Amino acid sequence: MTDGMAPTRRQLLSAIGKAGGAAALYQAMTALGHAAETQFDGPPKLTGTKAGASVVVLGAGLAGMVAAYELEKAGYSVRILEFQDRPGGRNYTLRGGDTFTESDGTVQKVGFAPGNYLNPGPWRIPHHHKSLLYYCRQFGVALEPFIQMNHNGFIHSSEAFGGKPMRYKEVATDFKGHTSDLLAKAINGKALDDRLTAEDQQKLLEALRHWGVLDDNMAYTSSIRVSAQRGYDRAPGGGLEGAPTPSQIARLQDVLDPQVWTAMSFYFSYVMQTTMFQPTGGMDMIGKAFAKQVGKSITYNAKVVKVAQNGKGVTVSYKDITSGKMAEVKADWCVCTIPLSIISQVDMQVSPALKAAMKAVPYSGHVKIGLEFKRRFWEEDDNIYGGHSFTDQPITQLSYPNDRFFTPGPAVLLGAFARDLAGFQLAGMTPQERIEAALTQGAVFHPQYRAEYLNGVSVPWSRVPWILGCVSSWNEENRQAHYKNLVTLDGRVVLAGEHASYYGGWMEGSLLSGIDAISQIHARAQAA
Amino acid sequence: MRAIAPAAALLLAGLAAGPALADSPGGRTAKLALPDGAQVYKQICAACHMANATGSGGGTVPALARNKKLANADYPIKVVMKGQGAMPWFSELLTPAQVAAVVGYIRTNFGNAYPQPVTEADVKRVAGKAK
Repeated sequence: MTDGMAPTRRQLLSAIGKAGGAAALYQAMTALGHAAETQFDGPPKLTGTKAGASVVVLGAGLAGMVAAYELEKAGYSVRILEFQDRPGGRNYTLRGGDTFTESDGTVQKVGFAPGNYLNPGPWRIPHHHKSLLYYCRQFGVALEPFIQMNHNGFIHSSEAFGGKPMRYKEVATDFKGHTSDLLAKAINGKALDDRLTAEDQQKLLEALRHWGVLDDNMAYTSSIRVSAQRGYDRAPGGGLEGAPTPSQIARLQDVLDPQVWTAMSFYFSYVMQTTMFQPTGGMDMIGKAFAKQVGKSITYNAKVVKVAQNGKGVTVSYKDITSGKMAEVKADWCVCTIPLSIISQVDMQVSPALKAAMKAVPYSGHVKIGLEFKRRFWEEDDNIYGGHSFTDQPITQLSYPNDRFFTPGPAVLLGAFARDLAGFQLAGMTPQERIEAALTQGAVFHPQYRAEYLNGVSVPWSRVPWILGCVSSWNEENRQAHYKNLVTLDGRVVLAGEHASYYGGWMEGSLLSGIDAISQIHARAQAA
Repeated sequence: MRAIAPAAALLLAGLAAGPALADSPGGRTAKLALPDGAQVYKQICAACHMANATGSGGGTVPALARNKKLANADYPIKVVMKGQGAMPWFSELLTPAQVAAVVGYIRTNFGNAYPQPVTEADVKRVAGKAK
């Protein structure tokens, strides 16, 4: 077949779709490199539900609420038991007047001005998290852009650039330039003669010259052309003094600092790519939207203590934590979304394989600190509108608000987002010590901090009483040994939540897991 | 309590920076000196077990204070090296010398009195057995 006779991709897909239906079309699109972005292809279609069938759902986070919502739609009778006095689980937002109590009883009161908030848990939604976006669209949750990538954010390493924060655009341009320079030298020094044909060498040199912005000698040097990427010493202007002056490139030795390439590779990550979104007004808009659908089925302040099952059904015992009274819920099936970090508090009558899986997943302890300042100095003084700055200090990451740009008055930035060792370090402090650390360390980027600071709140997830951790952290070893056992319907009980997905720590994982859990229940119920 | 030999690498970096999978921070944090068991406890363990080692969540994160399970040092060494339940393993974050130091520190503080020293060799022995 000649090129002229080849069907266009669209013609081909259209023909496949007509012949084989949607599934064949999807498969073909995937093979052609399209559409392989999600396992979500619409809400579950649960039909033919038997009259009187019932499910008890443990936990009113997103996994539990999507399960309840779709089950109720399919005709099941549903009860949800929730430990807290609100829906949403980790999908929540702290605003002025709220309090946050740590697991040792330490209370923080949030002093933010009206409209300002901190999302302690999930805070951004990738464009390919289609089930979450589907339900937001369905429930009318207003979304706005989350500025994930900001070339004007800062990169700071105590071991490079003399400890001075650099703009991302400067170090990323310099990394690209210096490595292009070295690769060009390797080619011209014949180091790659056994790997590349002469023609490919010429092609690659041409790419490096432009991609790396190299000079006539194929070297990376300071110039106006380079400044057109990394920024100028004096920016272009108008009129008589309009000519720009070039900036000075950084040394290769500084650019090789890991803080540079970890930031660059961060933005390459599938789940970190733009476009991203956030709900207008706070992440809990999503939890509240689900609760609007299923709220009447939720019993709050219910601490589950026992899940018993036999061939006929499930009995869940719980304590009303306001009155101390015990109560029971009976149902045909149970979806348990209680985090694995606290499931040891529940007497679960499940198989040894599932029990082992429930104990096999460690949790990470991320920390977030929200700081409210008198004004948006990062916008007004530093030209940073949303996005992030990175540092090798324990606060790890600063993130700037993505909403209400240019507005006067107090605003909240994320003054720390820490994981691993840095997360432990900050979590181990008192709230006052955490704020002090955030102010001291953050001042490396913004000397305005002390003068502009109003108040702050810190959320160390390892001390959040209802979860005692942040997100499940699977590795290949425990995934291989336990994942399937964890997510498989065990008699009449099935687990769901971000921990029961390959999207750990993302709301998308919670939703996909919740949908899979009820699909298993429905299939088993129909087969019975 | 034995001090950790200065020859041992006492500087820790964050866990190896893999591709970001969870909704986690980017970048990476500087190396941190943890010269003795008290510092390891304060900078790491206290995040969950609390500064005074009382634990939390009604025992979900167990109290290390007055904990009889610490009598045999092999048990806490194994938990630190291999993790347990929601607690991650620290064999990558801490050197054997640091594990020995922090286990020794916990066994001789917070109302625990098990003065027998914990050595790097103990940690390596338990880690080898647990595999």
